[in-house]
Amino acid sequence: MAHENPTGWKRWVYSTNHKDIGVMYLWFAFIAGMIGFTMSGLMRMELMEPGVNFLPDLFGMTEDQSRHMFNVLTTGHGLIMVFFMVMPALIGGFGNYFVPLMIGAPDMAFPRMNNISFWLMPPAFTLLLLSTFVEGTSGMAGFGGGWTAYAPLSTYGHTGPSMDLAILSLHVAGASSIMGAINYITTIFNMRAPGMTIHKMPLFAWSILITAFLLVLSLPVLAGAITMLLTDRNFGTTFFDPAGGGDPILYQHLFWFFGHPEVYIMILPAFGIVSHIVSTFSKKPVFGYLGMAYAMAAIGFIGFVVWAHHMYTVGLDVDTKAYFVAATMVIAVPTGVKIFSWIATMWGGSIRYDVPMLYAIAFILLFTMGGVTGVVLSNAGADVPLHDTYYVVAHFHYVLSLGAVFGIFAGLYYWVGKMSGKQYPDFLAKIQFWVTFIGVNMIFFPQHFLGLQGMPRRYVDYPDAFAYFNKISSYGYLVTLTGVVLFILVMAMTLFKKKKDCPDNQWGEGATTLEWTLSSPPPFHQFNELPRIK
Amino acid sequence: MSDTSKKNSRMALVFAGVAFGMVGMAYAAVPLYNLFCKVTGYGGTTQQVDVGSDIVLKREMKVRFNASVHRDMPWDFKPVQISQKMHVGEQKLAHFEAYNPTNKTIVGTATYNVTPHKAGEYFAKIECFCFTEQELKPGERIDMPVVYFIDPLIDEDPNLDEVSEVTLSYTFFVKEVEDEKVESSVGR
Repeated sequence: MAHENPTGWKRWVYSTNHKDIGVMYLWFAFIAGMIGFTMSGLMRMELMEPGVNFLPDLFGMTEDQSRHMFNVLTTGHGLIMVFFMVMPALIGGFGNYFVPLMIGAPDMAFPRMNNISFWLMPPAFTLLLLSTFVEGTSGMAGFGGGWTAYAPLSTYGHTGPSMDLAILSLHVAGASSIMGAINYITTIFNMRAPGMTIHKMPLFAWSILITAFLLVLSLPVLAGAITMLLTDRNFGTTFFDPAGGGDPILYQHLFWFFGHPEVYIMILPAFGIVSHIVSTFSKKPVFGYLGMAYAMAAIGFIGFVVWAHHMYTVGLDVDTKAYFVAATMVIAVPTGVKIFSWIATMWGGSIRYDVPMLYAIAFILLFTMGGVTGVVLSNAGADVPLHDTYYVVAHFHYVLSLGAVFGIFAGLYYWVGKMSGKQYPDFLAKIQFWVTFIGVNMIFFPQHFLGLQGMPRRYVDYPDAFAYFNKISSYGYLVTLTGVVLFILVMAMTLFKKKKDCPDNQWGEGATTLEWTLSSPPPFHQFNELPRIK
Repeated sequence: MSDTSKKNSRMALVFAGVAFGMVGMAYAAVPLYNLFCKVTGYGGTTQQVDVGSDIVLKREMKVRFNASVHRDMPWDFKPVQISQKMHVGEQKLAHFEAYNPTNKTIVGTATYNVTPHKAGEYFAKIECFCFTEQELKPGERIDMPVVYFIDPLIDEDPNLDEVSEVTLSYTFFVKEVEDEKVESSVGR
């Protein structure tokens, strides 16, 4: 147990302190998020008007190059937001910072492994960015096959080194996440303070525990699948090539066996954060605590047996489809338990509409909307015409971009005072919330209509009939951009404050978890005397 | 303290093992998926059998034939007959024809299935060119037979009551192209 406080660059590069590593994860997620957000901006600006004009004008490239670049942008946006923004922020950032605090542990179980987990992320991200600059297919840079990287487009469809770099990037990021997950499981099982039984553990710690299990069970399958892609591409194996007895559909099965749990990996920690915030600002304990915890466990478990609902159009037979439809709809049950428990927590509470609470309520509203379109899409019959249309894009952005990302904003506003010791400017933060809320809904709500009209996703151009809603959607991006600029402003005004003005517990009696018993910011090493939980 | 750290290490090892186990499962999925398709007729995978059926039912069915090639495959590949009519259980012989218009010897393999997919379980082949690789010399044209029957068990499956027509489909892929030394034999 080292008790010296390292300073300068060594504090960060050699860091084994869960709070410092958590802060680095948050900064990393912020930088990656800005790049991913810029990519979506380029896409939205291109789609503002019919025709391929914006990208050729901006980068001085031919129309063909622009078409490929658009595909690279959709791919990059997806991969960055999933692996380098949402996961590092929710799991690496808030998970690292607050799980040990909440369960009364002095640090993570394996502080050095924690350091490796973080420092694998920048090289992984660099590999991914690098892949967009080297040849992907016939003289054009970058891999444009979507974040799912289906074979054969990712095997002999993109013969350049770009895809190989992307695969290596995911390998490194995956190794980082698996190590992180093992660290969380061990920490939560073995390092809880005396009296902190698993059934007294805060819901955020629960959500990270379940997420960590999903990571350990699903990420290695992705690692296996993309390794098969790599050997198919470079070493003459034929896992996904029918010419050698392989099957491209197998890749989709493997990918979605990872991919479906992955969407719960992104949303469960946000569930945890929202539970705390709703309880804090309603001044009531969470309604149905055990139900909330086991609903998350149920979502995680069912998440492993529904993967083929992403594959209704590959030619599954009717019985298989019937099973996946039914299993998928079952997920709505534990999710409904959570939504209604949040509402029941608010019911009769003395609610304060501070910014974290605004984000949490918006999360519940928008996540529910995304959930409803999810139930629509779970029907194999309805999915066939909607497959790969903007309806799907609207659906998963409602649960992720407006769900998970709102969870991140909520957590950040809830905890930024605790982490930095400085409180955010309330009025400007409220404006930031409303601008962002309006902006993202303007982007994604019209996309439901576009999808129902049959506009396919991942296309650089569209017929004139789709122009109206695309224009609104692109204007929505500009509103959201204003929200993001305001967000940077709010955070700068917070972090550049001279005085640490945040009390230990700024939210009052509703905030009951252990992190509020510590100073703001918490001491470099906490809980040398383990707290006892009654 | 060392007690906790021992416990921690043990737990980390267990979960690292689980992670590696899941990579193994991903690879195990390759042969398992193959086996699964063969056993259940999943995705219209046909059955391979040694002997024909003893029972022939009154129910009549029509089998249509489809042949295609992968875009890198230069062969001309087509069914000789468009369709065949038969009783369920009756053994039939169908012909396909492949022609290699290039001046290279090409080895190909065919993938196959039947649609509707649910009929795959009952479509039994006794002999088929798709069981082995096919080699076509430059300019060679060969006849490729398929001996098959429709399993009488189809009558007991209510899901297939409305099926009176199935399509047997093949796609040829390039397995190997032999060059130079083979090319010299073109003039033969």
